[in-house]
Amino acid sequence: MSTTKPIIELRDVRKSFGAFEALKGINAVINEGEFFSLLGPSGCGKTTLLRMIAGFEPPTAGDISIDGKSMDGIAANARPTNMVFQSYAIFPHLSVADNVGYGLKTKKLPKADIKREVDGALAMVDLVGYGDRGAHELSGGQRQRVALARALVMRPKVILLDEPLSALDKKLRDQMQFELRELQKSLGITFILVTHDQEEALIMSDRIAVMFEGEIAQLATPEELYRRPATQRVASFIGVMNFLEAKLESSSDQGVTLDIAALGNVTLPYQAVPQGMNPAQIAKVGIRPEMLTLLFDPTDKAENEVQAEVVSSDYYGDMTYYSVSLPNQKDPVIISMRNTAGRSIAAPGSPVRVGWGVESVVLFE
Amino acid sequence: MARGLSREDKQGLTLIGLPFGYALIMLAAPLAMVVTFSFWTQNYLDIDRTLTLENYRAVFSQPIYQTLLWRSLRISLIVTVVTVVLAFPIAYYLSFHVKKNKALWLFLITVPFWTSYLLRVFLWKVILGYNGVLNTALLKAGIIEEPLTFILYNANAVVLTLAHAWAPFAILPIFVALEKIDRSLLEAAEDLGDGPFRRFWRVTFPLAIPGVVAATLIVLIPTVGDFITPKLVGGTDGLMVANMIQIQFGKANNAPLGAALAVTSMVVVAIISVGIYLVGRKIGGRVAR
Ligand SMILES: Nc1ncnc2c1ncn2[C@@H]1O[C@H](COP(=O)(O)OP(=O)(O)OP(=O)(O)O)[C@@H](O)[C@H]1O
Ligand SMILES: [Mg+2]
Repeated sequence: MSTTKPIIELRDVRKSFGAFEALKGINAVINEGEFFSLLGPSGCGKTTLLRMIAGFEPPTAGDISIDGKSMDGIAANARPTNMVFQSYAIFPHLSVADNVGYGLKTKKLPKADIKREVDGALAMVDLVGYGDRGAHELSGGQRQRVALARALVMRPKVILLDEPLSALDKKLRDQMQFELRELQKSLGITFILVTHDQEEALIMSDRIAVMFEGEIAQLATPEELYRRPATQRVASFIGVMNFLEAKLESSSDQGVTLDIAALGNVTLPYQAVPQGMNPAQIAKVGIRPEMLTLLFDPTDKAENEVQAEVVSSDYYGDMTYYSVSLPNQKDPVIISMRNTAGRSIAAPGSPVRVGWGVESVVLFE
Repeated sequence: MARGLSREDKQGLTLIGLPFGYALIMLAAPLAMVVTFSFWTQNYLDIDRTLTLENYRAVFSQPIYQTLLWRSLRISLIVTVVTVVLAFPIAYYLSFHVKKNKALWLFLITVPFWTSYLLRVFLWKVILGYNGVLNTALLKAGIIEEPLTFILYNANAVVLTLAHAWAPFAILPIFVALEKIDRSLLEAAEDLGDGPFRRFWRVTFPLAIPGVVAATLIVLIPTVGDFITPKLVGGTDGLMVANMIQIQFGKANNAPLGAALAVTSMVVVAIISVGIYLVGRKIGGRVAR
């Protein structure tokens, strides 16, 4: 992204339903042309936040600005945003073309212009020739496209999508993820996507806000989120993370030396310590399953090695996930290995060497 | 496809046979009888069974029957419009603004039905009469000098009484249609730029049409044939076709003419109902199908 002009600014946005605090102070800046995702488990407040940006619900406190203007007191029909509803909300009494042209009619565009715009939008979502159909004559994927076209045709500054793909089957979802991303890139419109599917968020987003219980736990790019999760909770929500007991041994010019119960002493450079973290507070380290290697062959080498024992294995075709017990570690760790020709799967109980590298270690308080 | 019925077919027929026969006897047979009667002639005490169109000629040529039929239609159409127009906001309020205890509200709407229909009509008489509640109150308050007479024993009284009696029957189908509207459709309309007024006419109302059509038919069809209300509060100006039918079957002792009147008004009502249904389907577009 070349431009980083903020399009949406959320300042200490709060929402309470009676005594229940659904959002506890959200701060975020979403940039123009960005594909931004709100990711979190069910009930964490994603939909609530999206609906407040759209204008369906006023915040209890805080401020939402869109394109530099505070949206306080501005109704949904006057905001430069359009929504793709989770249920799609296709008007059942109108044809596909009338659904897509609904908002343009309100804008009092001439009939011919409406038709041209609607045809253009339908072409964008690959629904040429579907204009005369009724809403009930569409498949789930087609309804999803109509809902998208209806938002796109308005040329809003921001399109809000509430789990738009959750009702589709896996194959169609993968396809739509790709198409949605391509469309967003080519149009340059800001998309805010709500999802509870971490894979979807990782694939599609420029940046992701991970939310738990009404708060943003971490706001970062997909890569940063995966490689440097800020908390143990974020780490285990996004992919799989092995946690190992650790404590600070000493600090020196080279960096911090940690005593990791299962792996022994290791020295990490200061850059590995996240900003604002006091090394004395370090309690756990995390390593992703693919960052650990099983050294089957006696000639296999790694930066560091530790002797371990296979507990069990799960075969996934291309990958095998091993449960491996490390010394001084109660729970076995998960190690994923790509299956290669001629290598058989290690049997439970067999001793193995586990290899790992210092860069793959993430620190947690 | 062999001849004869499968076991399931037979089972099905056995199951529906009894209710079907019952419906036939209770509904179709009297109807057939009335239609047959309308082609016969009354000769004092016995009936001449030669088929004739004489009764229908009387119905369509004598002004009194025309007047009564038109008046019945006019009154019931006014009743229907008044009832549905008043029922809509009530149903709308119930559906969109009552958050808790909807069931209680619906229950309360049925309260007027706890007394008999006849009693309710009598009560309107008490309220609207020359020395009735309304006149007394207005006199005492000094708003009028003489009791109002245009409120009882005429068509106005019939409209008022019927509209009150049928209100719940109009509220319920409209309420159900409004309840069925997915609320996210309204949010979508707002999101696409509509204010509350445009949104109502473009989404809420078209989607409520099936309920409005049902309410219209439910009120219109029975009110055309009502005879208790016009008889009790209608005076002579407020008499309707059903009163004449009753007279023909009773005092006038001309059942065939009464039957011809009944069949004629039935056909007229049927035509109007089908018309309303078709118009509703057209306005309501794809939903009413
Ligand atoms: N109108 C409301 N009244 C009361 N509580 C509400 C209301 N709307 C949402 N909540 C509560 O606020 C919390 C957040 O709801 P929200 O719909 O934003 O969750 P979500 O993150 O979108 O979850 P999901 O992934 O299941 O859709 C939930 O605990 C929910 O029960
Ligand atoms: Mg949600």
